[in-house]
Amino acid sequence: MSQVLPDLRYAKSHEWVRTLPDGTLEVGITDHAQGALGDLVFVELPEVGRVLEAGAACAVVESVKAASDVYSPIGGTVLAVNEALAATPELINQDCYGAGWMMRVQPAAGAGADLLGADAYAAELAAVGG
Amino acid sequence: MTAPKAVEPLIFEYSRPGRGAAAQHPPALAKTGGDDLPAALRRRTPPRLPEVSELDTVRHFTRLSQLNFAIDTHFYPLGSCTMKYNPKACNQYAMLPEFIGRHPLAPATHGQGFLECMFELQEMLKEVTGMRAVSLNPMAGAHGEFAGVAMIRAYHAARGDHARNEIIVPEAAHGTNPATATMCGCVVREIPVDDQGDVDLEALAKVVGPNTAGIMLTNPSTLGVFERKIREVAKLVHDAGGLLYYDGANLNAILGKVRPGDMGFDVIHMNLHKTFSTPHGGGGPGAGAVGVSARLEPFLPVPVVGREGDGYRWLSERDRPQSIGRLSAFMGNAGVLLRAYVYMRMLGRDGMARVGEYATLNANYLMARLRAAGFDLAYPDRRASHEFIVTMKKQAKELNVTAMDVAKRLLDHGFHAPTTYFPLLVPECLLIEPTETESRETLDAFVEAMVSILAEAHADAAKLKGAPYTMPVRRLDDVRAAKQLDLAWKPVNSPA
Amino acid sequence: MPFLPHTETDVREMLATIGVPDVETLFDEIPEALRVKGLDGIPPGLSEMEIGRLMTARARRDGQPLAFLGGGAYEHHIPAAVWALTTRGEFYSAYTPYQAEASQGTLQIIYEYQSMITSLTGLEVSNASLYDGGSAVAEAALMAVRAHRKSKSLRLLVPATLNPNYRRVALSTAGNQGLQFDVVPYERGSGCIDQKALATHAGKDYAALVIQQPNFFGQLEDVDALTDWAHAQGMFVIAAVNPTSLAILKPPAEWGAKGADICIGEGQPLGVPLSSGGPYFGFMTTRMEHVRSMPGRIVGRTVDLEGRPGFTLTLQAREQHIRRGKATSNICTNQGLLMTAATIYMTLLGPAGLAQVAEVSRSRTRELAELLIAVPGVRAAFSGPRFHELVLQLDVPVAGVLAKLAREGILAGVDLQEDYPELGNAMLVCATETKTRDDLQRYADALRGALR
Repeated sequence: MSQVLPDLRYAKSHEWVRTLPDGTLEVGITDHAQGALGDLVFVELPEVGRVLEAGAACAVVESVKAASDVYSPIGGTVLAVNEALAATPELINQDCYGAGWMMRVQPAAGAGADLLGADAYAAELAAVGG
Repeated sequence: MTAPKAVEPLIFEYSRPGRGAAAQHPPALAKTGGDDLPAALRRRTPPRLPEVSELDTVRHFTRLSQLNFAIDTHFYPLGSCTMKYNPKACNQYAMLPEFIGRHPLAPATHGQGFLECMFELQEMLKEVTGMRAVSLNPMAGAHGEFAGVAMIRAYHAARGDHARNEIIVPEAAHGTNPATATMCGCVVREIPVDDQGDVDLEALAKVVGPNTAGIMLTNPSTLGVFERKIREVAKLVHDAGGLLYYDGANLNAILGKVRPGDMGFDVIHMNLHKTFSTPHGGGGPGAGAVGVSARLEPFLPVPVVGREGDGYRWLSERDRPQSIGRLSAFMGNAGVLLRAYVYMRMLGRDGMARVGEYATLNANYLMARLRAAGFDLAYPDRRASHEFIVTMKKQAKELNVTAMDVAKRLLDHGFHAPTTYFPLLVPECLLIEPTETESRETLDAFVEAMVSILAEAHADAAKLKGAPYTMPVRRLDDVRAAKQLDLAWKPVNSPA
Repeated sequence: MPFLPHTETDVREMLATIGVPDVETLFDEIPEALRVKGLDGIPPGLSEMEIGRLMTARARRDGQPLAFLGGGAYEHHIPAAVWALTTRGEFYSAYTPYQAEASQGTLQIIYEYQSMITSLTGLEVSNASLYDGGSAVAEAALMAVRAHRKSKSLRLLVPATLNPNYRRVALSTAGNQGLQFDVVPYERGSGCIDQKALATHAGKDYAALVIQQPNFFGQLEDVDALTDWAHAQGMFVIAAVNPTSLAILKPPAEWGAKGADICIGEGQPLGVPLSSGGPYFGFMTTRMEHVRSMPGRIVGRTVDLEGRPGFTLTLQAREQHIRRGKATSNICTNQGLLMTAATIYMTLLGPAGLAQVAEVSRSRTRELAELLIAVPGVRAAFSGPRFHELVLQLDVPVAGVLAKLAREGILAGVDLQEDYPELGNAMLVCATETKTRDDLQRYADALRGALR
C-alpha cells in the first residue's frame, strides 16, 4: 500500500499539492505514481514563469520502460522548479513528498477547489487496488 | 577483485597506430596539380576510426555475430514480427553484381531487368491484397503507415474536406499507429476492444463523425485474433466519410485466405520483411510497400514503375501530380524489394496460399499444447491467428514471476523470447508467433521449455528471476544505461 | 512445398491436438463471404534453379556500364570482408535487439558505429540509423523544431544547393506537421549559397538553416561563415554531409565558432552497394543536450548483474512503442544491416584509408574535369573548391548526349535540366577512386565523339 500524507491535497492523476506558509503551492507526484513508474531516469520540468492550466500536461517523468505526463493539479504560474531532479531524478523515488518535489506555483484565483483530501485520495487508490 | 571483462573487446581496443588493412585502401595517386582545398575547410585531427588488420576485423565481427540469436540459429517466436526463414536464394539473386552495382540515377535503358522485377512485384502485391495499385517506396512498416495516412489526408484535402484530422486507433494497436498519425499532423482517438478482442462498435460509433479522417486497424489484430466485425467497422467508418487503413504487420496470418481489399480497406501497408521473408537485419532494412483502392491511386508516393509497350519506366511527379510526393531520395529499399520478388516467385500462387494456412496451423497447435500444459490464454475462446497471447497474470500475482522472467529463462533454453509487454492492455503478456517455417519438433521443444519454466516458477522462483545464466551477459542495468549515458567510446585519456 | 517442413503425418497429428478436422476449420471465424477463392494473378511457383536463371538473365540485361554518376549515391570499392561478414545469418536474420542478452553482437556493433560516426562528425551522440539521407533531412527538420526551445517557428531555410530530392522528401514528410522550407538561392559564379540573399532573412524567426557540404553541385560551401550567421540569428544549423568527405573536411562540430547542432547524411558511401537506390542508411548525430529530441534507436553501454560490461537499447521512452502518439518519430525498423556494413567498412579503412578514398576520389574528379573541359563545347559551370563532383555545361542539350554515351556503355552524368533549368545544358559528373586513368580517357574520347 503506497503512502498518502495527511496534510497534502491530491489530484486523481496522482499529483500532490502542499500549501506553503506564504500561500504558494508545492507540487510533486505521489508515492503511488512513483511506484508504478519504477526507477526514474529523467524528469522534464516546465520553464519558470510558464502559466499552467489545471489538468494540462506540464512535466514528463521517464523511467526505463515508460514515460508519463504529469498534469498540473492546479492553475497558476511556475515560480520555481526543483533543479536537483536534472541530475538526480531518483529523488522522486526516494522521497517523493520531500526532496522529490517538482515545482512551486503561484496559484491562480480559486485554484485547487476540486483537489482531494488525503482520505478521498486513499479511497481512490484502494478502488484501483493501489 | 577486478570487474569481469567484456566478452569481446571493443574494436577500438585492438587498434594500434599505423596498423591497417592496407589491401583495402585505394592506391595513392601522384598529385595532379596543386591542392586547392582551403586550409579552413580541412580536417585538423583524423577521426577516431580503428587501425586494425583485416584478420582482426574478420575475427572481431565474426565473434560479435556469435553473440546473437537469429533465425538461422534459433527459434525466434517474436510476436507481430513474423520471424520466418529467409531463403538464401533471395539474398543471392538480389546481390547479383549487375543489380547491386546499378546506380539509382542510371537511365531506364540500363535497368529494364530490374524494373521488370519491380513492376511484377507491384502486380503480385496487388493480387494478394486485393488492392488497385501499389507503390514500393516506403522503407519500413512505419514508413508505409506514414504514406498511408498522408494519402488519406491528401484525399480529404483534395475534396476540400479539411476538417477531417482525426485518426481512430484501437487501444491494442502498434505504437507506430498513433505515432504515425501524429507525424501526419492528425489527432489520435483511441477506442477500446471488447472482452473477446473485437473492436467495440458502440465506442466506435460514438467517435466517428465529420472530423474522422480514418481508422487504422490490424487484422488479425495485435491480440492474435481475427476482427470478426470488420464489415460493420468498415460500414460505420465509410458512412461517416472516413477511410480504412490496414496495418499489414499481421498479413502473414491471412495470406491467400482473405484480402484486405475485399474487407473494405482503402489503403494498406505490407511489411515485406515479415510476410515476404526479407531479412530483418538486426533491425532493418525493411520495406513497407503501400497498396490503395482506386480513389487513392492518384495520391500514391512516387516513383511508381509503369509499363509502356514492352518497356518499363519510373512514373514521377509529372505523371502523378496529386502524389503525396517522395519519401526517399531515390526509390526506397530496392534490394529488399528484389528479395521479396524472388520469394514470391518461388512460392507461386499455391505456396502463397499455404503461408497463411501453415502459419495458422503452427500457432493453433502451439496454443493448444501450451494451454494443455497449464498456461493461461488471453483469449481462450478464440482461434489463434498466426499468433496468440499467453498471460502470466496469475503467476505474477501468486509467485511474483513475470512475463519478463519467462522471456529471459527461455533464452537459457535456446529459444528467443516471444514479444513481451505488448499489447499493453493484456497484463504480463507473451505474444507468440511461431511462423509457418518451423517444424513440429521445434514447437514441441519450445513447449517442453515452457513447461520446465512453469515448474521452476513453482519450485525455485528466485532462480527464474535471475535468468538468463547462459548468455554472454546476465541481465543488464537499464537504469544505469539511461542515467549514466555512455553512448560512444572515447580513449581513456581523452579530455571529452 | 517451398519452405514448409510439415509432413502429412505432422499435419494430421497437429490437427488432432488442436481438435479440428482440417486446416480450413481454423479459419472459421472469418466471414465466408470474405474468403479468397484463388490467386490467379500470381504465377505458379519456380524452383531455385528456375528463379536463378530468370534473375541472372534480367541482371545481364541491365549490364555493368561505366558510370560517372553521383547526385547522392556514390560508387566506392567495397572490401570483400564487408559483405562476407554482414550477410552472416547471425546478423542478417536477427531482429531489433529487444532481448539484450541474446543480441550483444548487434548491440555492440551499434555502439561501435555510434562511436565512429560521432568521431567522424565531431558531435557527441548518434542514433542507430535512419532510412536514408533524404528521410534524415526530414527527421532533422522535425527534430530542430522540437529541440529549439527559444524559437517556436515551424520554418526552416534550405539552400537551393541541397539535393533537390532531399528537399522533396523533407516537404512530403514534415509538411503534414506544418513545417515550411524557404529556399535560399545559390551564387552563379561559385555554385554556393548566396550569402547576400541569405542576409535578407536576418531577423526573421527560423528554426534552422540547412547546409549541405559538399553541396549538391559538389562545391564546398563557406561553412564557417554560414554557421556563424545562422547562430547569430538564433537558428540551429543542420549539417548535411557526405561521410567519405569527412575524412578530410572539417567536421560539422567545428563549423564556425560553435559548430553545427544536428548533423545528418546519407551513409551509402560507407560500404553500401548502389543497388538502384537502396537499402541505404541515414545517419544522425547531435549535441548531448538534444539527445532526448533525437529520433530512432540508441544503444548505451552499461553493466550486467555481475558488473560485466554490456550493451542495451536506451532512452527508449522517446520511441513510438512507449510514447505512442507523443514519440519523437514513428520510426521503428531502421536500416540496421547497412549500419553494420558501414561499421565494418570504416574499420577496414581506418582513418588513413578513408582519407585516401576521399583524396583519390577528389583527384580523379579533378583529372576528369581537366580532360572533359578540354573537349570543345564543354565547360565547368562553377569555380572554386570541390569535393568529388562537378557541374559541366554543354553547348547542346544534355539528354541526347547522355543517351548517345549510354549506348556506348558510359553513364556520363545526371541531367540537371529538370531541377536547375537556369543552368541551361548542365549535367552533374562524378568520379571516385574506382575509376582509372583509362576510364577517364574513355569517357573524354566518347564525349568528344558525341559532340562532334
